[in-house]
Amino acid sequence: MAALDIVALRKRFGALEILKGIDISLEKGGFLVLVGPSGCGKSTLLNTIAGLESISSGEIRIGGRAVNDLHPSQRDIAMVFQSYALYPNMSVGENIAFGMEMRGVPKPEREKAVAAVAKTLQIEHLLKRRPGQLSGGQRQRVAMGRALVRQPSIFLFDEPLSNLDAKLRVDMRIEIKRLHQTTGSTIVYVTHDQIEAMTLATKIAVLKDGEVQQVGTPAEIYNRPANLFVADFMGSPAMNLLEGKVTKSGADVGIRLERRDHPPILLPLPISADGSKLSEGAKVIFGIRPEAVNDTESVDSNAKSVIHFDAEVEIVEPAGADTYVVTRAAGKELTARMRADTSVKVGDNHTFAFNLDKAVLFDPATTARI
Amino acid sequence: MSAAELVSTPRHRGEPGRHSKTTRVVIYGLLLLFALVYLIPLVVMVMTSLKPLDEVTGGNMFALPQRPTFGAWVKAWGEARIGVSDTLGISGYFLNSIKMVIPAVLISSLLGALNGYVLTKWHFPGHKLVFGMMLFACFIPFQSVIIPMAVILGWFGQIGQSLSDATGYSFGFGNPIVNLVIAHVVYGLGFTTLFFRNYYEAFPTELIKAAMMDGASFFQIFRRVLLPNSTPIFIVTVIYQFTNIWNDFLFGSTFAAGDSSPMTVALNNLVNTSTGIVEYNVNMAAAIIAAAPTLFVYIVAGRYFVRGLMAGAVKG
Repeated sequence: MAALDIVALRKRFGALEILKGIDISLEKGGFLVLVGPSGCGKSTLLNTIAGLESISSGEIRIGGRAVNDLHPSQRDIAMVFQSYALYPNMSVGENIAFGMEMRGVPKPEREKAVAAVAKTLQIEHLLKRRPGQLSGGQRQRVAMGRALVRQPSIFLFDEPLSNLDAKLRVDMRIEIKRLHQTTGSTIVYVTHDQIEAMTLATKIAVLKDGEVQQVGTPAEIYNRPANLFVADFMGSPAMNLLEGKVTKSGADVGIRLERRDHPPILLPLPISADGSKLSEGAKVIFGIRPEAVNDTESVDSNAKSVIHFDAEVEIVEPAGADTYVVTRAAGKELTARMRADTSVKVGDNHTFAFNLDKAVLFDPATTARI
Repeated sequence: MSAAELVSTPRHRGEPGRHSKTTRVVIYGLLLLFALVYLIPLVVMVMTSLKPLDEVTGGNMFALPQRPTFGAWVKAWGEARIGVSDTLGISGYFLNSIKMVIPAVLISSLLGALNGYVLTKWHFPGHKLVFGMMLFACFIPFQSVIIPMAVILGWFGQIGQSLSDATGYSFGFGNPIVNLVIAHVVYGLGFTTLFFRNYYEAFPTELIKAAMMDGASFFQIFRRVLLPNSTPIFIVTVIYQFTNIWNDFLFGSTFAAGDSSPMTVALNNLVNTSTGIVEYNVNMAAAIIAAAPTLFVYIVAGRYFVRGLMAGAVKG
């Protein structure tokens, strides 16, 4: 039985449809990340699960029980808000205990539960303080403590790290991941940050304009994006998307990338693609991530299908761990990831290598992966 | 006071030598002058109230009292004849005003807070229209509501009479002080709602949602989360309402009469008496007593007042 089932969920504000039929389910102990650009409906979706927003049609089931009409406090969930939403007039301990107090849990029991949670999160020394006296990371912990103490069947996180600085964000990300691993809790997590999504999730749902674009494991989403939107949204730097044409000679299907000052690049069909429905001359979008565009020395030696080509280096971006090299192909910029100590210079005519094991093809008309 | 505060803001304090000496002399000279202009009437009032009557009528208004005495204060408080009433002194009327102002201020402020809470955090269809109409209430002049208010209070009086006939107790219906409380609460609601709505508009909605998820009810959220975080705006509202209600003369003179009049009406009756000699020292003492509570409220809560007015601006 799934911990969370969302079935044909629709949400309308007047004539405006925010969620257009969402179907997602999450197994117990899973970590679902809802990711998408702002305005895609991910926060609305979380709020409908929480019960803070009503739904127009469809069903939400938590642990097999339909919760459509249940008050947020009765859904057996806990939520960590973006602003942490700690009550400023209460101490940390009172903040954590407030939910139990509202449910009439006797005081000794409350204190015991608060102490246990404070120990897990290492905030015992903060219990007497007010939220205003805490740092961002400490507030984040308290907010998690307030959720943890309820021992809910699902945790909801609404962009919990977006108010933290870059370093703390990485620390807290690890903290959340550790929390998930040690407690085995079921989590639904909203973010617009695709790195958070990749690192935390056991399951990612990419949303756009109120529709699910793809649901899958981080590896599936990253390596086999269902359409151009997912391909472009996930990954940084973004996937290279180049326009090409299908070439056919007998059973052999290939892709031809035209270039202005150089001979065209001829590629065999990537392993991921199904070439049976492609016709000669049809337009396709060839997608390849920067880490699958290398030079002869840094290309994956296990790769089954590698194509080399020469191109002029336009921009060199040293990023510390790697160096990104920008060149041009099929009329568009093409980013390649090289070793940090690469010697390429702007203006060089350099030999690049496509690792076609990692390449994908898209239909430009439907934007779906072929 | 506020001008002096402006000059001594840290921005200026941190830059010595920003103003030349002459500039500073001019600034402080002007401030001193204005302070004097504002203070002179109060000084004259206090001095006059401390003089015996012959010194008042015979002497210079600005002369210091030769034989200072609190006789005029004692007389104003307990012995002076107010209008045609048999009750002597303003003490009873002072008490009337206290009995009126405290419930009126508390009820109107709490209802305003409740309105602000609903209007910002529990949006219902037409909430904007309701707020617009409440805002409109701020612009209705006192004078135009007197007759309708009198009619309504008259109904309350009838209800009180019937209750009194039936049970022997009127439950406050028809009582002039209760009538004044009702009038001031209704009239003040527009303002208090405006204050609290604007404050709660900037209050993080996530806190309300968090409390909902914690299982707090509508009123529990109001009492445990919203109100404890409303101190600045509450102080502002209380000062505003207290000053308005305490100083009100029109409602007081219209809806209450004789011994149930509030302080302002009694002061008028004392000062405007047309019989005998005018006891300026008694009048001054009574006027100071009448102004004292608002002064007291400003002094006690004044620093919150400035902070409260700033709160909205800073949070933005």
